[in-house]
Amino acid sequence: MSKKKEAREKFKKIMPMKPRERMQIPRHLPLEQKPECRIENFAEVSNGFNVELAAEEALRCLECNDPVCMQGCPVNVDIRSFIGMVYQKDYQGAINKIRESNYLPAICGRVCPQESLCESVCLVGKKNEPLAIGKLERFVADYELKNGGFTPPQKAEAKGQSVAVVGSGPGGLTVSAELARMGYDVTIFEALHEAGGVLKFGIPEFRLPKHIVDAEIDRVKALGVKIETNVIIGRTLTIDELFDEMGFEAVYLGTGAGSPRFLNIPGENLSDVYSASELLTRVNLMKAYKFPEYDTPLKLGRRVAVIGGGDVAMDAVRTSKRFHPEKTILLYRRSREEMPARAEEVHHAEEEGIEFHYLTNPVRIHGNEDGSVRAIECQKMELGEPDEQGRRRPVPVKDSNFMMEVDTVIVAIGQSPNPIIQQTTPGLETSKWGTIIVDEHGATSRKGVFAGGDISRGGATVIQAVADGKLASRSIDSYLASVREERSTKA
Amino acid sequence: MYVIQSRSLLAPGIAEFVVEAPLIAKKRKPGNFVIVRPTKTGERIPLTIVTSDAGQGTITLIVQAIGKTTRMMHQMGEGDAFEDVVGPLGEPTPVANYGRVVCIGGGVGTAVIYPMAKGLKDAGNEVISIIGAQKSDMVILEKEMGAVSDELLITTDDGSRGMKGFVTQALAGVMERGDQIHGIYATGPLPMMKAVADQTRASGTRTLVSLNPIMMDGTGMCGACRVTVGDSLKFACVDGPEFDAHAINFDELITRNRAYMKQESEALKSLESDQSCKAVRAL
Ligand SMILES: Cc1cc2nc3c(=O)[nH]c(=O)nc-3n(C[C@H](O)[C@H](O)[C@H](O)COP(=O)(O)OP(=O)(O)OC[C@H]3O[C@@H](n4cnc5c(N)ncnc54)[C@H](O)[C@@H]3O)c2cc1C
Ligand SMILES: Cc1cc2nc3c(=O)[nH]c(=O)nc-3n(C[C@H](O)[C@H](O)[C@H](O)COP(=O)(O)OP(=O)(O)OC[C@H]3O[C@@H](n4cnc5c(N)ncnc54)[C@H](O)[C@@H]3O)c2cc1C
Ligand code: SF4
Ligand code: FES
Repeated sequence: MSKKKEAREKFKKIMPMKPRERMQIPRHLPLEQKPECRIENFAEVSNGFNVELAAEEALRCLECNDPVCMQGCPVNVDIRSFIGMVYQKDYQGAINKIRESNYLPAICGRVCPQESLCESVCLVGKKNEPLAIGKLERFVADYELKNGGFTPPQKAEAKGQSVAVVGSGPGGLTVSAELARMGYDVTIFEALHEAGGVLKFGIPEFRLPKHIVDAEIDRVKALGVKIETNVIIGRTLTIDELFDEMGFEAVYLGTGAGSPRFLNIPGENLSDVYSASELLTRVNLMKAYKFPEYDTPLKLGRRVAVIGGGDVAMDAVRTSKRFHPEKTILLYRRSREEMPARAEEVHHAEEEGIEFHYLTNPVRIHGNEDGSVRAIECQKMELGEPDEQGRRRPVPVKDSNFMMEVDTVIVAIGQSPNPIIQQTTPGLETSKWGTIIVDEHGATSRKGVFAGGDISRGGATVIQAVADGKLASRSIDSYLASVREERSTKA
Repeated sequence: MYVIQSRSLLAPGIAEFVVEAPLIAKKRKPGNFVIVRPTKTGERIPLTIVTSDAGQGTITLIVQAIGKTTRMMHQMGEGDAFEDVVGPLGEPTPVANYGRVVCIGGGVGTAVIYPMAKGLKDAGNEVISIIGAQKSDMVILEKEMGAVSDELLITTDDGSRGMKGFVTQALAGVMERGDQIHGIYATGPLPMMKAVADQTRASGTRTLVSLNPIMMDGTGMCGACRVTVGDSLKFACVDGPEFDAHAINFDELITRNRAYMKQESEALKSLESDQSCKAVRAL
């Protein structure tokens, strides 16, 4: 009998319930901080599963012969196997299983949009609520962090070649971990003073605690990956220097899409108008919520309006709420159904008392004499014909302008790629949106240079960046193998 | 860690730091700046690289103590280290041989104009420099500016050194001579740069200023440093910090730079109430 089959037979023996019975068990929900408590702090909203809840939730899995959940996962985590291990209380086995496909489980277990990926196709979901796959992933990752069972996975023999990775977001971390396991010498260069990318400066502490991100970065470092902070590639060092002077043989670009977009409406440069990136970076990376213990200030008024409808807007509005304005308002130009933010986060925001104004489009920000914000002028919208992506297009309602008194405006309508590398690297092809063009292997137009994540996709997700990192690690490996071959035939 | 090799006081409240930062020293060009986070709990602030020594691996910064962060930096000295220094940032000053140029530095803005003036001189230009300060003991980099200028004019508000008055008055004098001027470069407080822009608008003389908006990351990620230049929105950290003075919306920038006044004075108060800060108050 194959090992896999053996395990499944064993599982069947200890499993007390028939699939049909298991289908009936309702989905388990971890405890959450109550809304009235959590708006007073930056601590994590969800407590996660404990051992009992995790076991009961794992019991719901049907161990399908054809585990569709795996196909729903962009990096094909062996979900069925890891959930089986949770049920059998082999938590370390479960986390090791996940880490074979995804090196950032504590992070992805928290921020992946599971409801539209693995959980959306889970068979249990046909009749009942799908398995809480994300919460289980988070549980085993946290279990390991708490109980210290981590040993770095086996590494292949050293290949004697080094790779430079630019950017320490989820994509850069993943490609580094994969390449280190293959035996390459990897150095990450990060522009900011801390590693982690959006996970550190964008996503708030109450959704993704920074010590969790650090713990997962430490696991990448445990594979021998070096991280150099305060180095901006394109300014401190160029791509050419990485190759010619520093001896790197391949480069991965995971520089993200960090440049905030603005609405281009009058009044947008008044002094109390922020981009969401500025607000979130001040709070997350610079710890403005601990001002004046930390020196970076933040100034929010009594009525804060956030413009947008994605995860970034949700994070900005909920972060603002934690500074206790009288009113925290979200303005979105379509309706709730079209809003791209994760359902769970919209729900959390509603619970926290955020005022949602749908079909509302800002057209002008009005200021006081001293240049501060006084009000925002909006226009009512209605939904018209669907656009190319099938989303119904918002159309202004004639003569529907109205004023809303606010004193802080936060713009959260999306980010564009960082331009520094594109501007300073000759021969690197970019699209008209400024993203770096890659082929199906993650290779750019420059020999030995690969890219992925938000810099090639525009704004995407953590798990997409992870998937791109994995793809690129395989491409870099075969590229470097050909370099080795060439060298040995020459010698 | 970025070790401070030496620190000296140039004028009351203005200190010069020579800091170890080999990668930045190697790359830096006139007009570049760095972002410094002096301590682990500190904020990130932009400072112009006044000069650098690639051989020694050092850069020189000149810092005026005005708020909490810069005052805290003044308390640091030889052997101490800044937590983070990142750069070189910003687009370098475009330098070519234009002919005759005027370089104007107001207050600590002289630290910013010096590398630009030197770059322009090295490129073969005739450099006329004007440096302004409140009073004689606030004049900085006089020797250095003299060495890279064909003519150096000094103004003080109270007339205790050089001409009495503002840099704009000295500039008016230079312009009245009727010699053709191929470019004017000005750095200093925003109202000063605005005044220079107003003064040279009519003649259409190419005027560049180095802006000092509030910055945080310095990599184009936060948008705090945005300024309106002509019809477009620019991020001073990646598109600048130098822009065509005639196209800048100065009034907007002046109000944006006041955004954190209240919080900053709160931070300063908490610093001053701290026992360990006697040294700062003595400044
Ligand atoms: C507020 C917010 C909330 C989000 N919420 C979610 C969510 O809940 N779920 C989800 O899946 N996705 C979410 N996303 C999207 C997700 O974070 C991104 O898709 C993902 O982080 C992209 O990863 P990346 O590796 O491509 O780059 P990033 O995480 O953007 O990291 C890029 C890194 O590169 C560095 N860098 C840039 N230029 C240079 C340079 N020239 N030299 C050196 N370093 C450089 C940057 O400083 C940064 O650290 C959110 C995004 C934001 C902004
Ligand atoms: C490109 C550039 C180059 C600069 N070069 C020099 C230099 O060579 N020497 C020098 O002494 N100063 C320079 N400055 C100004 C310097 O950054 C500010 O004086 C410093 O940030 C003030 O910090 P603080 O905490 O001590 O004062 P605060 O009390 O925080 O602020 C006082 C005033 O400084 C300005 N300011 C505050 N925070 C920032 C910030 N993060 N970025 C920019 N301005 C801010 C605001 O106008 C504010 O009202 C430069 C600024 C820029 C943008
Ligand atoms: S699809 Fe759902 S029930 Fe089937 S194996 Fe995956 S998680 Fe379990
Ligand atoms: S300082 Fe953040 S974009 Fe310029």
